Amino acid sequence: MKLSLKVNGKAVEADVDPRTLLVQFLRDHLHLTGTHVGCDTGQCGACTIHLDGRAVKSCNLLALQAQGTEVTTIEGLAAPNGDMHPMQAAFKECHGLQCGFCTPGMVMSATALLKDNPKPTEEQIRAGLDGNFCRCTGYHNIVKAVQTCAGGR
Amino acid sequence: MGANIPNGIGASPRRKEDQRFLTGAGNYTDDINIQGQTYAYFLRSPHAHAAIKKIDTRAAAAAPGVVAIFTGADLAEAKVGGLPCGWLITDVSGQPMKEPPHPLLAQGKANHVGDQVAVVIAETYLQAKDAAELIEVDYGVLDAVADVATATQSGKPQVHDIAPNNVCYVWGHGDKAAVDKAFAGAAHVTTLEFRNNRLIPNAIEPRAAVAQYSRSEDAYTLHVANQNPHVERLLMTAFVLGLPEHKVRVIAPDVGGGFGSKIFLYAEETVITWASKRVNRPIKWTCERSESFMSDAHGRDHATKAELALDKDGKFLAMRVHTKANLGAYLSTFASSVPTILYATLLAGQYTTPAIYAEVTGVFTNTVPVDAYRGAGRPEATFVVERLVSKAALEMGIDQAEIRRRNFIKTFPYATPVGLTYDTGNYEATLAAALKIADVAGFPARREEAKKRGKLRGIGYSCYIEACGLAPSNIAGALGARAGLFEAGEVRVHPTGSVTVFTGSHSHGQGHETTFAQVVAERLGIPFESVDVVHGDTGRIPFGMGTYGSRSLAVGGTAIMKAIDKVVAKGKKIAAHLLEASDSDIVFENGNFKVAGTDKQVAFGQVAFAAYVPHNYPLDKLEPGLNETAFYDPTNFTYPAGSHICEVEVDPETGVTRVVNYVASDDFGNVINPMIVEGQVHGGLAQGIGQALLEQAVYDAESGQLLTGSYTDYAMPRADDVPSFKVDTQVTPCTHNPLGVKGCGEAGAIGSPPAVISAIIDALKDLGVKEVSMPATPYRVWQAIRSARA
Ligand code: FES
Ligand code: FES
Repeated sequence: MKLSLKVNGKAVEADVDPRTLLVQFLRDHLHLTGTHVGCDTGQCGACTIHLDGRAVKSCNLLALQAQGTEVTTIEGLAAPNGDMHPMQAAFKECHGLQCGFCTPGMVMSATALLKDNPKPTEEQIRAGLDGNFCRCTGYHNIVKAVQTCAGGR
Repeated sequence: MGANIPNGIGASPRRKEDQRFLTGAGNYTDDINIQGQTYAYFLRSPHAHAAIKKIDTRAAAAAPGVVAIFTGADLAEAKVGGLPCGWLITDVSGQPMKEPPHPLLAQGKANHVGDQVAVVIAETYLQAKDAAELIEVDYGVLDAVADVATATQSGKPQVHDIAPNNVCYVWGHGDKAAVDKAFAGAAHVTTLEFRNNRLIPNAIEPRAAVAQYSRSEDAYTLHVANQNPHVERLLMTAFVLGLPEHKVRVIAPDVGGGFGSKIFLYAEETVITWASKRVNRPIKWTCERSESFMSDAHGRDHATKAELALDKDGKFLAMRVHTKANLGAYLSTFASSVPTILYATLLAGQYTTPAIYAEVTGVFTNTVPVDAYRGAGRPEATFVVERLVSKAALEMGIDQAEIRRRNFIKTFPYATPVGLTYDTGNYEATLAAALKIADVAGFPARREEAKKRGKLRGIGYSCYIEACGLAPSNIAGALGARAGLFEAGEVRVHPTGSVTVFTGSHSHGQGHETTFAQVVAERLGIPFESVDVVHGDTGRIPFGMGTYGSRSLAVGGTAIMKAIDKVVAKGKKIAAHLLEASDSDIVFENGNFKVAGTDKQVAFGQVAFAAYVPHNYPLDKLEPGLNETAFYDPTNFTYPAGSHICEVEVDPETGVTRVVNYVASDDFGNVINPMIVEGQVHGGLAQGIGQALLEQAVYDAESGQLLTGSYTDYAMPRADDVPSFKVDTQVTPCTHNPLGVKGCGEAGAIGSPPAVISAIIDALKDLGVKEVSMPATPYRVWQAIRSARA
């Protein structure tokens, strides 16, 4: 079936099998492999992207459900000149990542979190990220990165 | 060791790997696609224990897109071997452990839920998966056994005929007679009986592999999410597939966490490597998370009875430990060593306990294999020691810090009664730091304040030790290791003076590309930016043993140091020629080769250039080039140690436990990058707190079904389950490696579970609660409160 949407600012047209998940479309059709798959039950958050500005788990949607939307993936977060988004920079500065596998999803969730709540408390940050698993960092430096990003605006 | 250059040793430069990970440019195995690739899907047994009477693949073979289907019979016919176990444990009888075959695809019998029965290779993943549903397997379901505590009783179902009563080995360690004698004369004996809960490692990147066979080269390339590509290749070629080792290249690219679970040689990547030649197409396999739960090696799963004998002053006289360790259905790569060599040798902890005896029964069950998971044997040992000590202090009315101080080892080197010699340590330093940072003096006031809010606040201690930096190969060999445990490093200086380091260690989150570059930059006096670190590719790196057991810096880093020494030694000779001085007068300082006591010098870069453009060069005495490799086999383990103090608040109405304060003071020896070290501790703590409060793999004891087969049932620690941590380091440099480093990767997971559990028991002690088992879920804590009140 015909699918048209915008991904990272570019118009995309494709013919997809209706069973295709949005995450598969991004990874396999568009080769945007920054969006990761960590589970098959919609729980780990590694696949988190922005759909019309909201953080969603791209494994929980069919590609066709993104018809006509604007999708941003981790590849589209940095400025066009390549400068990292402040949240990406904060993750680097605060060592908010180790193996990097949860990181794209975590960064996408964190940016959406600050959009809704620009000055969150630690508790609100932890609650806001509880749909994203990280097995490496113990979350300590992820929380610090979000605080740093929030503080630096 | 201070940093002599920016971003040298002791500094915290931000990580080199982060740019790619933060922008979606990481290159994980599932991101790799090869022209013409097919996809594999493994059909797995839904039964814990079942005879496979017949497999009919005809309908599946005719399904759309199917390229090939293989079963155990095909592998047997092709004379493909089974997966080997890397460590031989000898039974108390003197007999070797029982080693049942571990076929890649089940042969005649499935032995756990998730056991691979067949593989379907098809044009697309969905076609492979759909076709697998058409395979008809005629199972004869057998009774299953899953519970480690009861599996050895007579009359239980037998997993393997060659292992009566499901016993793989009974292994004894220590002086039993001395222990029995000490117990007979003890003033006090503390006893503990508990289960160390079974865990699922759950690296967020599921296992994955892409195998490719090249007809033109008659060679294979395997990309695989793995922690030690050379070990993977050696085991796969020499023991299973019978392929020439040099015809297989194993690449472990970016790997999304390992925690031990990606050390092992697994069936899936071995099968697709073999099959890639059969079908003459690349094959990709990516594990779905539901498959990970039933096919990744699990961790822990002990049933233990432990006793500590003390004199009237709380001095430890002896310890006796009996453990039944679940090995699962087959022996995974290092399964046999984890509950033995890596466990019982740590039972002295930080203490002078003069006599220790441990007896470990390795037990087969119809569950997925159990092997190393972050800490591997050492968290289990620490739990035994630290819970015994905390309980004894409570029973004898001795302060928790005081009882530990009375028993600390204070002089080094110290030979324990369980076979290790600690080279150095300062246990008082980490305890004192932890007591201070945790403000233990203010605890009674915090407890009172919590009480007013209806919460019960408790404090728990854990003073752990670990043996890292595996290992002196000859000692490991004498203990049954079937592999060497050295590490290799190559320092390749380029003509313009920049450097590429090739290391046998593998980073799957640890940040070696940064830390190792700091070491090289500092030692060669060149910019951190001029050093790149390459790892994870047998086609590029020297033969190395990979990353596990917190060994990378202590062993892999030392190999690099040795290679640097060779570079500097050769550089001195080149410089002597350029400066017209004698070799022995040249010193190397801050990136310059100098004639000692003069201002004559050449920069490192000039020497590198001369080595590759040898116009003015002592070609009669010296080869051109500046490229050195070193192998390093350690002379001892390293012994990181530390003190952890945990404070919890328990809601007595709901049983909900919150960790409200967590302090870790650790001694990792010298620290190269404090930021990375702290991150390693944080991650370990979350896993340890996860073990203590949340995580447990549960098998139904009768059916052998895995009841926690998804994230709905297996509780992973989330951001709001853990607090921010207070971490500190104290430094007593390791005495036997040139960097003075000990390793930090596992400490958090090792030290924390007993601290958390002891804190809960402290919170509930006035209610009469004496034990709470892991994981201390709200339901269990609530039950403990209820039954104590009853
Ligand atoms: S892949 Fe785990 S939530 Fe989407
Ligand atoms: S950085 Fe590895 S899972 Fe988060």
